Amino acid sequence: MIWSELTRGLRRYPVKPSLSGIARRRSVWERVHLDPWLLGMLLVLMLAGLVVLYSASGQRMTVVTAQAIRFGVALVVMAGLAQLSPTTLLRWTPLVYLAGVAMLVAVELIGDMGMGAQRWLVIPGVIRFQPSELMKLAMPMMVAAWLSRQVLPPRWRDLVVCAVIIGLPVALIARQPDLGTSLLVATAGVLVVVLAGLSWRFILFCGALAAAALPLLWMNLHDYQRQRVLTFLDPESDPLGAGWNIIQSTTAIGSGGFWGKGWLQGTQSQLEFLPERHTDFIVAVLGEEFGLVGMLAFLLLYLLIVGRGLWLAGAAQETFGRLVAGSIILTFFIYVFVNVGMVSGILPVVGVPLPLVSYGGTSSVTLMAGFGILMAVNAHRRLLPR
Amino acid sequence: MRRRRDTLKNPEQELRLFRMRSLLAVLVVVSLTGLLGGRLFYLQVVQHEVYSTRSEKNRVRVEPLPPTRGLIYDRNGVLLAENRPTYNLTLVRERVDDLDATLALLVDLLELPGEEAEAFRVRSRQRQRPFQPALLMSDLDESQIARLAVNRHRLPGVEVQAQLLRYYPDAETMVHALGYVGRINAEELAGLDAGNYAGTHFIGKTGVERFYEDVLHGQAGLRKVETNARGRVLRELGHTDPVPGRDLTLTLDSELQKLAVELLDGRRGSIVAIAPPTGEILAMASVPGFDSNQFVTGIDVASYRALQENLDLPLYNRAIRGHYPPGSTIKPFMAITGLKEGAITPSEVIYDPGYFQLPNDSRRYRNWLRWGHGRVDLERALAVSNNTYFYSLAHELGIDRIHENLTAFGFGQRVAHDVYGQSDALMPSRDWKRGRFNQPWYPGETLSVGIGQGYLQVTPLQLATATAVLANRGQWVEPRLARRIGEEEVPVDLPDTPTDIELSNEGWWGHVFSGMEKVVSGREGTARRIGKDLQYRMAGKSGTAQVFSLGQNEKYNADELKERLRDHALFMAFAPVEEPEIAVAVIVENAGGGSSHAAHLAKAMTDAWLLEDEAPDTEEVREVLEREDQRVAGE
Repeated sequence: MIWSELTRGLRRYPVKPSLSGIARRRSVWERVHLDPWLLGMLLVLMLAGLVVLYSASGQRMTVVTAQAIRFGVALVVMAGLAQLSPTTLLRWTPLVYLAGVAMLVAVELIGDMGMGAQRWLVIPGVIRFQPSELMKLAMPMMVAAWLSRQVLPPRWRDLVVCAVIIGLPVALIARQPDLGTSLLVATAGVLVVVLAGLSWRFILFCGALAAAALPLLWMNLHDYQRQRVLTFLDPESDPLGAGWNIIQSTTAIGSGGFWGKGWLQGTQSQLEFLPERHTDFIVAVLGEEFGLVGMLAFLLLYLLIVGRGLWLAGAAQETFGRLVAGSIILTFFIYVFVNVGMVSGILPVVGVPLPLVSYGGTSSVTLMAGFGILMAVNAHRRLLPR
Repeated sequence: MRRRRDTLKNPEQELRLFRMRSLLAVLVVVSLTGLLGGRLFYLQVVQHEVYSTRSEKNRVRVEPLPPTRGLIYDRNGVLLAENRPTYNLTLVRERVDDLDATLALLVDLLELPGEEAEAFRVRSRQRQRPFQPALLMSDLDESQIARLAVNRHRLPGVEVQAQLLRYYPDAETMVHALGYVGRINAEELAGLDAGNYAGTHFIGKTGVERFYEDVLHGQAGLRKVETNARGRVLRELGHTDPVPGRDLTLTLDSELQKLAVELLDGRRGSIVAIAPPTGEILAMASVPGFDSNQFVTGIDVASYRALQENLDLPLYNRAIRGHYPPGSTIKPFMAITGLKEGAITPSEVIYDPGYFQLPNDSRRYRNWLRWGHGRVDLERALAVSNNTYFYSLAHELGIDRIHENLTAFGFGQRVAHDVYGQSDALMPSRDWKRGRFNQPWYPGETLSVGIGQGYLQVTPLQLATATAVLANRGQWVEPRLARRIGEEEVPVDLPDTPTDIELSNEGWWGHVFSGMEKVVSGREGTARRIGKDLQYRMAGKSGTAQVFSLGQNEKYNADELKERLRDHALFMAFAPVEEPEIAVAVIVENAGGGSSHAAHLAKAMTDAWLLEDEAPDTEEVREVLEREDQRVAGE
């Protein structure tokens, strides 16, 4: 088959890539278990993000400083997690997962007690915590932990177990109601199964099933939900309501042109036309002030990060680590795609931030924690195979 | 066709599998990025001119013009809900530097209690779009406006705006029939067409205001204004006018509604009156009521708590949500059921020894008259409200046929076309009991239902509706509150009207009616006291419902307790018998004066509707009732 020809090179590839092929002194990076390439690219992204944020926040240095402090915390978390060995991670996975589910249930109960917003677990004065964020990491780890103990590719029985592992927290998060996050968490889990070698036939079957269910879904939508879909297809039909954000953000991006209007020069961004301009819609500021060039530079940087991440995942030795790393990095990409897609008007609006650029502490820490795990998986190779 | 699988893990193979998949992932990632790049190229290069022009013009802002809410009239054109010009306090969050300090200052200036600051904070977070003013407080008084004006320089982003505010001239009387509007809350906002509600702060919360929200609200207009870089409006560039909401003309008669409330005044209860030919709800009273205007402007915590904790439950709409055992008022419907199912004929006579016994069961189900009524036929059974006759009938019918036929009268159903929040109460059945208690249905329970006790529960609205259907000789007309929407008449025939009830012999309706006439006009009628000076033919049926227990956590003193454990008095009636114009259901909670108590109120209602001269004097009715109470107490 053509396919096997194409991948022959891959299959011959040695399991353990090493840079020089001969044993040498371990570099400083290997000793601190960090990947210099990935780290370097993330730092560039953060710095560029801060520059955009300064403009997007209406030139408020306080916002930029706060974000920088969060980045600092996130980097520490990342470095810390990178020190763990995959074996340790695997051992802790079920506990972390169950704790996450327990906290989701707790949030549900507290929400029922009439505390209003149901996404936060708050111990007043001590900590504010979003269990659904923890799930973004615990979910792929749990699915991978289960699959790594099975013979791959997964069989029906394994799929059922995975469905339960994925379904329970996702249902809880969807009840909060936080559709965006629940979809992301579900995706993180499903990606693991796909990477583990879920059969194509099954994937196609599910795809066909979903396509067939669409008209049914449409019939069951509330009027206002249908209105939202229609608004997405034609924002001009609702210039004051849901269409407003999209009209304004596409205007901002489009008016940026090839070179952009220049930093701090975006009229859309600097006047108050853009909603959520320093959070979910920050891409619009980027597009307006840095133009197509700036946007493509950012997309390229994201692509390189994803590429390096997948490379590290593929170089990992155990199935568990490989699957977790792969899922984390692909979820990261989905963030980018969904955010840029929604702001530029090709996807409906769901609340997803642009990784490491949008203002927001929780998501930065979660993302960097994910990269920490990614590096941990890669750095701790056993020198001798079992 | 199944391949044999290796049962051992194969790391090599797993790695190959993963790398294949990663490679695919890379392809997908690259192509999706290409898609984004393509979209951006389209926006920023191909369409650049378009967007560039648009962003140049974006000194232009679109502002909503909220529509005026439609007015609500009664059937005679009396205004029930109007819009009054008031001054409101609004705040644009984006223009406020220090929100907390500003709110604290406002609370201080307006001389409000400290806890209002938190409420202000919640309200200030409401709107999503930038530069949308959020409503902090409605209906400022002169001195508050003055104090705000003086301190204007200290309050950037805070404005006093003129706005029309809903006002109910006769709130206490009308509230349970009309409902009220209140501030849009975050939950409602999520389900609304944001464009159409931009600039609107109020939405129907209950009743007609809620049911006809779409009709009353209208369509928001737009205003395009040019702004400077700070967002200040420089001039208007054009606008589309809002389409005001349509006016509603209700079927209610405010005079009759007032009378109903006055008749019940000082007690708890409900009166519902319906015009059988058209299904028009003429009055729908639940007493006590409350002043819904407080809810429009935003009720303060203390007043709300007082309403909530009031033992008479003023917030509770008894007319549509109160569940009461119908007692003997169910008997005419049981009679029709018996005739329809062929279980009885009008001439059939039974002997009543004062009790009924099920075969092979020594338990005696008592008639209310210890020594019994002797020989009883259908008409007499209705007139004297004989239990034994209906025990025997219920036993013969069985719960299944009773359930089916009473459901056809609308019991256990949400009967009205446009009444928001009506309850379906309870028409028990075998399936219901299985589902609720996981127990079979016992024959004795059928007997209870047959005399309107046991599990059977109805709302005053259901009882009035069923009475109207009975008066129409089984012909269904759906009860409705709206007579005209804008200029459009609401048709008598509505699409989802239930099926009519048909008897094999049309004349049988007359037998049931004449039994009910004897209730008020007959020598032994249970409500013969109101028949003395009747000026038209009236058919009715009295009932009492026992109160078994009180809600938990309710504190009563001994006297209070005694009063609240008394039976409820019920009466259903329609008149005139030959050509019914009004059907009415009355429920007086803990009446204590015997079943004729409610009958007097029902007669006052039919008198008011049918007689040309002035409305009955409620004082007079009350005196009669007091005399009766004393008589009963003396017996």
